[in-house]
Amino acid sequence: MIPGPFEYHRPTTIADAVKLLCDFGDDARPLAGGHSLIPMMKLRLATPSHLIDLQALEALKGIRREAESIVIGPMTTQHELLSSQIISKSLPILHEAALVIADPQVRYRGTIGGNIANGDPGNDMPALMMTLDATYRLVGTDETREVSVRDYYQGAYFTALEPGEIMTAITIPVPPVGHGYAYEKLKRKIGDYATAAAAVILTMSDGKVATCSIGLTNLSETALLAEDAAQLVIGTALDDATLKKASAAAEAIMSPAADGRGPVEYRKHVGGVMVARALKRAASVAV
Amino acid sequence: MANRLSRIRLSRRNFMVGSATAAVAMPLVGARAGSQPERPSETIRYTAPVKLTINHQPYELNLDLRTTLLDAIRDHTGLTGTKKGCDHGQCGACTVLINGTRVLSCLTFAVMADGREVTTIEGLAREDSSLHPMQQAFIDCDAFQCGYCTPGQIMSAVGCVHEGHAASEGEIREYMSGNLCRCAAYPNVVAAILQARDETRKA
Ligand SMILES: Cc1cc2nc3c(=O)[nH]c(=O)nc-3n(C[C@H](O)[C@H](O)[C@H](O)COP(=O)(O)OP(=O)(O)OC[C@H]3O[C@@H](n4cnc5c(N)ncnc54)[C@H](O)[C@@H]3O)c2cc1C
Ligand code: FES
Ligand code: FES
Repeated sequence: MIPGPFEYHRPTTIADAVKLLCDFGDDARPLAGGHSLIPMMKLRLATPSHLIDLQALEALKGIRREAESIVIGPMTTQHELLSSQIISKSLPILHEAALVIADPQVRYRGTIGGNIANGDPGNDMPALMMTLDATYRLVGTDETREVSVRDYYQGAYFTALEPGEIMTAITIPVPPVGHGYAYEKLKRKIGDYATAAAAVILTMSDGKVATCSIGLTNLSETALLAEDAAQLVIGTALDDATLKKASAAAEAIMSPAADGRGPVEYRKHVGGVMVARALKRAASVAV
Repeated sequence: MANRLSRIRLSRRNFMVGSATAAVAMPLVGARAGSQPERPSETIRYTAPVKLTINHQPYELNLDLRTTLLDAIRDHTGLTGTKKGCDHGQCGACTVLINGTRVLSCLTFAVMADGREVTTIEGLAREDSSLHPMQQAFIDCDAFQCGYCTPGQIMSAVGCVHEGHAASEGEIREYMSGNLCRCAAYPNVVAAILQARDETRKA
């Protein structure tokens, strides 16, 4: 329960943070809220010898609108997402999702950047970022890269982030006014990671689905986009037969692990149920 | 540079694969009798002075950097009211206020809170040592049995009221969901918060 020894740094500029991360390479880790990293350190699943605390980097905080996008600083906490007017107005699915992440104490400290940077398959935000087609800005000493969320997640705890880089911004295109949205998460108790969860963003036209994207949480090594399922519902009024087909198409790409949350068959089954529920609810709030 | 990065990347990949496997294998550790546990390198120890103001009193502690705020409070200042339940962010027993916000002290290294104002259960009573309205309400409503979760419940309850999340029983239940009680005193905790809500807002 006691982490390995580490040295602690609290840089005050992004350039200093990047330099520290680059100098110490593999031995260093950025520290945001610490609510994923510290438990891992206590179990010695992570043993960084240098912690680069990002708390003093004001430039990594805040939520702002830039043309047709919302730009979120990775050090923005889940609590700050919940209190933001911009989020509840333009990206209401993030408000809804943040409310089912952990509990109030964790949400005061846990940041969106820490939730998405690390490729933890249990976290809720990566699937939302996929559904919303976000782009991550990664800053290193030599280069600043804009990486599409579709190219970011490569495996459990394995991402496109290179040692020496930090994430400095998350850019999300604003979905059309009147879009439908829903995040359906099955969990064993409040504060638990998802047994299965599905995010849906769609638009309706004349009672039929015009556009749709579906993301899945904790049903594979990484968050997934259920592209076939989304394609299947376009042009339909989401009748029962279509919902069944969409669930089956989503289940076909799921490969959850059997764990305390249930055996593989169960988790895939409820994954399909979450997809159908999220589609229906999203359609019901679309205008 | 490119060389250095690719080398780093390779070793990072190994580390990550290693850690993911370890995560899967973890529950089995106890069952693998006779296998050699990995020996951690405990020889290195980094310390640093950490300044905290706890219940209006300034402290300057020289701490091993690994010390959590929880252990700093309990073991280095003698304030043992704050409790350690899980040490993993799951039970809320260690809840304290940092600059007025409720925080899990077991998932905060003390050094991360350097320069901050911390309030623990010992800091709630008034100058004349009469109880804070929330403390009194917990007694009045019988909002505990063994009492182990109670300091965390009370700190969280004070935070919950100040945040404006105590309008109804349902809201209180939702916003107190980070505090577990093995004795299941939940209905009485809710009753206590409803009783103390208005006075706490003024306090
Ligand atoms: C009891 C409990 C329940 C939880 N339940 C849920 C849940 O239901 N759903 C959920 O999604 N999460 C859950 N979490 C996780 C919580 O949301 C975490 O706080 C969050 O995932 C990580 O954010 P953090 O700021 O604490 O990151 P940290 O723990 O500080 O960092 C996490 C990782 O991201 C890296 N990192 C952080 N910031 C950056 C950056 N800017 N650039 C590059 N790398 C960076 C770190 O190096 C580290 O590897 C739970 C946590 C707890 C303790
Ligand atoms: S001891 Fe901190 S949450 Fe359980
Ligand atoms: S009173 Fe016993 S754990 Fe809550």
